[in-house]
Amino acid sequence: MASPEKVGREITYTEAAREALTSAMERDSTIFVLGEGIGERGGNFNTTKGLYERFGPRRLRDTPICERGFVGLCTGAAMTGTRPIVDFMFIDFILDAVGELTNQIAKIQYMTSGRLKMPVLLRGCVGVGGGAATHHSGSYFPFFVNVPGFRVVVPTTPYDAKGLLATALRCDDPVLFLEHKSLLNVRGDVPDEDYSIPFGQARVCREGTHVTIVGVGPLVPKSLAAAATLASEGVSVEVIDPRTLAPLDMETILTSVGKTGKLLVADESFGPCGIGAEIAAQVMDQGFDDLAAPVRRLNGVHTPTPYSPPLEAAVVPSVDQVAAAVRELAAE
Amino acid sequence: MLVLHTPEAQVSRAKLKAVKQGVTMTIPTEQMLALYRTMVRIRQCEEQLARSYAAGTITGACHTYVGEEAIATGVCAHLRHDDAVFSTHRGHGHALAKGVPPRELVAELFGRETGCSGGRGGSMHLFSPEVGMMGTSGIVGPCILQATGAGYSFQLLETDQVGVAFFGDGAVGNGAFHEGLNLATIWDLPVVFICENNMYATEVAFAYSARNTDVAGRAAGYGLPAEMVDGNDVVAIYEAAEAAVAKARSGGGPSLIECRTYRTRVHAEGMGESGYRSQEEIDRWKARDPIAAFARRVVEAGDLTDADLQAVDDQITAEIQDAVAFATDSPWPDPATVADHIYGEGA
Repeated sequence: MASPEKVGREITYTEAAREALTSAMERDSTIFVLGEGIGERGGNFNTTKGLYERFGPRRLRDTPICERGFVGLCTGAAMTGTRPIVDFMFIDFILDAVGELTNQIAKIQYMTSGRLKMPVLLRGCVGVGGGAATHHSGSYFPFFVNVPGFRVVVPTTPYDAKGLLATALRCDDPVLFLEHKSLLNVRGDVPDEDYSIPFGQARVCREGTHVTIVGVGPLVPKSLAAAATLASEGVSVEVIDPRTLAPLDMETILTSVGKTGKLLVADESFGPCGIGAEIAAQVMDQGFDDLAAPVRRLNGVHTPTPYSPPLEAAVVPSVDQVAAAVRELAAE
Repeated sequence: MLVLHTPEAQVSRAKLKAVKQGVTMTIPTEQMLALYRTMVRIRQCEEQLARSYAAGTITGACHTYVGEEAIATGVCAHLRHDDAVFSTHRGHGHALAKGVPPRELVAELFGRETGCSGGRGGSMHLFSPEVGMMGTSGIVGPCILQATGAGYSFQLLETDQVGVAFFGDGAVGNGAFHEGLNLATIWDLPVVFICENNMYATEVAFAYSARNTDVAGRAAGYGLPAEMVDGNDVVAIYEAAEAAVAKARSGGGPSLIECRTYRTRVHAEGMGESGYRSQEEIDRWKARDPIAAFARRVVEAGDLTDADLQAVDDQITAEIQDAVAFATDSPWPDPATVADHIYGEGA
């Protein structure tokens, strides 16, 4: 596996994911992509730019606006020997297909005792930002983590986007590959060659000794920014990016808590029944003796996403809020 | 006085059309016997399942297909094991017609390890991908989309396989009908949509649920070729499906066949007739029993004899008895396996 060190080749998160997609589509002729504007147009977020010319209209097919319809179609396609990709643009849109996702896609392998595979990749944008308002700003991934059968992937760097998408495109399970809109144009070092990153392996982004932060999605770079500030105050923060929420690498988190004794889970999505609640419960179960303070959570406000800039900014955790939460934990 | 454009009136016209064409003459004797055998297998199996339900051997839902046997039989006669059928909560007949052995069906409803879904599904989740039975579903509508998806695979893989969706009139008001028919049509996918219009969604009349109850006519709104046939006439269905499957197989795109039929038993075993339909209506349709009608027709035409049909009846009776014995003697699934196969291997 290639290493995430400097390779002297910087590309964006979207470009990195597209490299993995292109490579997989060259290798595997059963892969096809459905979505609105993903054909000649190349995708609303350039996810398929240039691929229509390369792979043709049957493998990059524009759809009518009927998310339930084409997600259901992809279910039947996956059951009969192809690998569909749903390029859903915004996760809010596939809420119209939640029945197909939850009742059908997630259950087929179980109901057939593994005689059918369900290699459906659902990829697209999540998260708050850009005044997108409440029908283009959802995250909703805790919901999918709650349902048995899904793999839920939340890459935060170009390097991880490429390696995790490569894994998703070889995986026989349904995968939600969720790309936060604030990360799409972030640039980072990415090797030219193919590589893959296994699901269920968290990354320790920064080592520290006083407090552990598990960040999800955009809260990883925000936590790293807070950690840099806090370092100058003498607070040493370890930042962990779980990279996949299902499966969730609790081992890396528990090891870190064993070292720091203090844990903050920072996540833009909703708190109730969320990832932070799950991680906190598992740490209580398996690492209670290591805890020197209660596990803290920092989440987006449990509300629809408003449009106006000051309102929008108020619903997501900021770098300052992360830093403040860590200071409180460090002082306990 | 209003002259109602009733489903039954349309059915009788379709039947007349089928008889006029003299289609029985075009079906080889062996195939006629096969059609009869499949219908009797479904009927006898369903009647056994109803008895097993009453006896408490089947603990969950049990929706029988009695009265509708001609449809699955006439359609599946044209399908290969590598064609993909997607079905509904009333799917026992589709499973049997597609080739799921009665042993595996009965064992599944008995909740046994040897059932076609290993006891994980019961009546509403019958999976046997080995014979192209890609699942029945407890949710109305998804089968339409999934058959469309199978068509997508077969088109992309450039095979001559066909996806088939069986669904009732209850699915016609669902968004899946609209979205699936449209997608299959715009992409010319090899799919055959079979609407089993039995006039009631559970106990709600289709005439109440839709202002336009002409399902085949509605397909035209999508640019989808469609026809309406008598769903109790296995010959008419056989012939319509032959054309639709051949068309899909040869790259000619999707079709819809609306089959006007009737469920003569209750919606689900254990329910009573609550008054949503009249006894007179039920009796009228029982008199149009698809198996008895076919038997009369082939005997009168001299294609088969009473003895031929009796031999089939006896053979199926033994087969169903064997299936019950097999299911009864089969082991329960091991509770230790309850969380197996949520995910595939690897990754």
